[in-house]
Amino acid sequence: MNQFVISPSPHIHSGDSVQKNMYRVLFALIPAFLVSALFFGWDTWIVTAIAVLGCVITEYVIQVYLMKVPTTIMDGSALLTGVLLAFNLPGNLAWWIILLGAIFAIAVGKMSFGGLGSNVFNPALVGRVFLLISFPAQMTSWPRPKMFNWTDVDAGTGATPLELVKQASKEGNVDQFTDSVGMIFNMISGDVGGSLGEVSALALIVGGAYLIWKKVITWHIPVAILGTVIVFTSILYFYDPTRYVDPFFHVFSGGLMLGTIFMATDYATSPMTYKGMIIYGVGIGVITVLIRVFGSYPEGVSFAILIMNAVTPLINVYMKPQRFAQPLKTV
Amino acid sequence: MLKTFSLGGIHPPENKLSARKGLKDLPLPKMVTIPVSQHIGAPAKILVKRGEEVKVGQLIAESAGFISANIYASVSGKVKKIDQVVDASGYRKESIVISVEGDEWLDTIDRSDILNKTIELSPQEIIDKVAEAGIVGLGGATFPAHVKLMVPPGKKAEVLIVNGVECEPYLTSDHQLMLERGEQVIVGVQIVLKALGIDKAIIGIENNKEDAIKHLRMITKNHPNIKICPLKVQYPQGGEKQLIKATIDKEVPSGALPIEVGAVVQNVATIFAIYEAVQKNKPLISRIVTVTGKSFSNPSNWRCRIGIPISHLIEQAGGLPEDTEKVISGGPMMGKALTNLDAPITKGTSGVLLIRSLEARRKEMQNCIRCCKCVRVCPMGLEPYLLMQLTERNYHDRLEKEDVMDCIECGSCSYTCPSYRPLLDYIRIGKKDVGQIMRSRKK
Amino acid sequence: MSLLVITIISLCAIGVVAAIILYVASKKFHVIEDPRIDKVEEALPAANCGGCGFPGCRAFAEATVKADDLGDLYCPVGGSDTMAKVASILGQEVEDKKRQIAVLRCNGACEHRPKTNIYDGATSCSVASLTYGGDTGCEYGCLGMGECVDACNFNAMYMDESTGLPVVIEDNCVACNACVEACPKDLLELRNVGPKSRRIFVSCRNEAKGAIAKKSCEVACIGCSKCFKECKFDAITIANNLAYIDDDKCVLCRKCVPVCPTNAIHELNFPPRREPRKDKAPAKPKIENIEKPIVLKKPKEEVKDNQSTNDIKKEE
Repeated sequence: MNQFVISPSPHIHSGDSVQKNMYRVLFALIPAFLVSALFFGWDTWIVTAIAVLGCVITEYVIQVYLMKVPTTIMDGSALLTGVLLAFNLPGNLAWWIILLGAIFAIAVGKMSFGGLGSNVFNPALVGRVFLLISFPAQMTSWPRPKMFNWTDVDAGTGATPLELVKQASKEGNVDQFTDSVGMIFNMISGDVGGSLGEVSALALIVGGAYLIWKKVITWHIPVAILGTVIVFTSILYFYDPTRYVDPFFHVFSGGLMLGTIFMATDYATSPMTYKGMIIYGVGIGVITVLIRVFGSYPEGVSFAILIMNAVTPLINVYMKPQRFAQPLKTV
Repeated sequence: MLKTFSLGGIHPPENKLSARKGLKDLPLPKMVTIPVSQHIGAPAKILVKRGEEVKVGQLIAESAGFISANIYASVSGKVKKIDQVVDASGYRKESIVISVEGDEWLDTIDRSDILNKTIELSPQEIIDKVAEAGIVGLGGATFPAHVKLMVPPGKKAEVLIVNGVECEPYLTSDHQLMLERGEQVIVGVQIVLKALGIDKAIIGIENNKEDAIKHLRMITKNHPNIKICPLKVQYPQGGEKQLIKATIDKEVPSGALPIEVGAVVQNVATIFAIYEAVQKNKPLISRIVTVTGKSFSNPSNWRCRIGIPISHLIEQAGGLPEDTEKVISGGPMMGKALTNLDAPITKGTSGVLLIRSLEARRKEMQNCIRCCKCVRVCPMGLEPYLLMQLTERNYHDRLEKEDVMDCIECGSCSYTCPSYRPLLDYIRIGKKDVGQIMRSRKK
Repeated sequence: MSLLVITIISLCAIGVVAAIILYVASKKFHVIEDPRIDKVEEALPAANCGGCGFPGCRAFAEATVKADDLGDLYCPVGGSDTMAKVASILGQEVEDKKRQIAVLRCNGACEHRPKTNIYDGATSCSVASLTYGGDTGCEYGCLGMGECVDACNFNAMYMDESTGLPVVIEDNCVACNACVEACPKDLLELRNVGPKSRRIFVSCRNEAKGAIAKKSCEVACIGCSKCFKECKFDAITIANNLAYIDDDKCVLCRKCVPVCPTNAIHELNFPPRREPRKDKAPAKPKIENIEKPIVLKKPKEEVKDNQSTNDIKKEE
């Protein structure tokens, strides 16, 4: 008689896997990558390649030689961290800085907590913020987009829209940006200065729509963040249009779209329940606007996400999902 | 918009391979094994001795308490031995082994197929009859049916909900029953309504069984009090609490029975068994079993006598495929894997599923990536990832606070986990431990 | 300079304020505790294993101080010595209890107990036992996933790869009961250590009828009652097709061991018998193998064993 396999129920599985989820997110990043390659040329390819290689090799070395566990580099999570890190860097960054960021992101941001799923902070953002604080000058000199003009090596650098607004806000003439439809259009298409992946809001939204369609992420976090940013900046805008720029500008500028769709929704570092996700999203939105408008940095999405990452375990303790029914009162 | 329950749920591939395959009577084997504990509650007390002649429909083990059930001989012949036999639970159970000789029935049983619509018995007589016939919930839970029909004092039944959902993938036995024995089921519904003293019944059927919905609607044309309620295909809709939520939009509180919201839930197969017991005086000696599988040559539905070895069923239906690596009694989501094909078909066996070697093994467990998909699909609004962690660490008081006892063990969490974590395996342990602690506290 | 001074002064001020708060709090929220609790706790081994039934040594100390009679309270790790110390602190008396040790009552190693199916669920004995009887024909036997080993806090157990059964390391076991509670099949039992750590026990829990038990496992107790007839001290009882030796009554005469047809009765740490047994069953040498790690206490014997095997080799 042949021996049968015994296991407790259920005996079937959805076929979903960590790998599938990671590669779906990577797939969703392709439009943003293509737009970035269009505007920044070979820089996009080089920076992404260095960051990805740095992340994957670091993870492999740590798992094989330090932790002595089977390696998980094939699940795509290190790959994803590398791509997201690259998307958060300016295109003209020196290769060794990128490598340093990648190593820090994986070694400190992920593996020191025990690997995938145990990390408290989003590794890519840990890497980026580490670089931002260590190399502020290099990290804030943004190359001008050089569409169809890739051979032009000395395209020079320029400020991001948010930096321009920050400057104008101090002078009290922010309203010059409000009417410029062209600028909003540029920000949606991606023809602005900024880090590699964040420039095109449209490409990122396409990726986000794909992720929600494939049920990799839910709408809760992105909607909560964007909603909060719109509400908060509208209040400021109507209060004083000369000092505060309009909400659309905030939504489409800087790293908000990238952060909202791809970084804040990171599985391991976001809350587990819908209620928790909304609170988390609102928190990110508020902190982002506070940093952008009142802080000394022009951009605050990455800090906002990291701060809310730290709050996530607490949210998980207090925000329980809606139970099926209220427990029976003691008769 | 079709109705369904609100929280969680999954939609696994339906794979109803044996759908619309007509019912056939399974030929009798040489030997049947009838376990005395086929239901929830106390095992029945054996009444026969070795060497005794029995007839079909003869009482061979009697109910040993309020929550227990009578057991009848499903074949005629000689009691060969009373022995411990491994059944679908994987443990040895006291069983009566009967060697089959001919097919002699007791005279009191009406074996004709004529539909008998007139209900002569009084409500109390109906309940006694159901108890006497040894009828248990045939959906798989095997809870004695008469207990559900007795409304506890202070509670009031308002509606009878008939479970024709069959949300488990692969299984089609209830579907086929509704198609071929629809009239009997409707008479059965009226019998139960009379027993409960109420006048409203809802039959919940998932939308993937359109022909059954149409068929029953046609039969119930003249019965405005029996409503057919098509439901969106969603697992675990067959769960009692989920079905009540889907059909009458009421939530049964945690730790309470359906009667708390005025509902009584019975499976269609149970209803059919009640019809046969009350109108035909036929105790529960057979049930409909689906035998199916992706590589199985002949997925089909059979009327099987209780106690027939599963190996006999597979052999008669088409033979065990070479690549079978796992055999499941029940559906793929909640069924039990069998160690031994000689295990008998019992009152709770709704199907036999043969799984190919391709799909038999689980994949290796990985780290939890906290994707919260288990939280999203849990129909009870629990956090399976957390319950598993707490069970592994033996934090029983936290487990109780996180409502681990509400888990209905539907398996949606394990099904959906991208890291292949055995969430339900551990939650069951947590449930067991917490249950023990709670019981010891009550004492 | 002034900055430095301000810094120092402000730091000192904070320190003083904090100290005052702490002082007030310690006075105000002072809990008067029986000083004997601390003394008892000091006498305890501080293993915090929970073997006494209390969460940690402190809780046990509190319980001993509260209790009128120490009869029900016992620290298995410290044993009678510790309990005597505790009793002297509290001015009470305590009976001598025999030292105990965990014993595995299953000998269903892979070669004695053929596998009948393949388990594919979560690697946990309790999950498996909730699912079904086990991956062999014996539904009472060890599942071999080492939940007892995980439960042991004293490094006193390990899984033997060759047999698939856990092994108790005699020197480390403190009889804390953790493994006994962890085992879903109730296979581990605390038994008296016995003089010179000699013990005799039935290494089986199979309650199935003889034929079924024997079929599923070569070394199962089949409930034949031969040992029961042999024992002159009423130490052996037979219930549910299973023999059990009461370790309080057993005088270690070893007469029941050779009569067992399936070698289910084990003897530990006895010197080798003078006459070789006539019906040398195949299971016997294997049992010795299993227990070798346990014989750590007596290196001399081990050396002897080695010598004898060497001698045999030479002779060959």
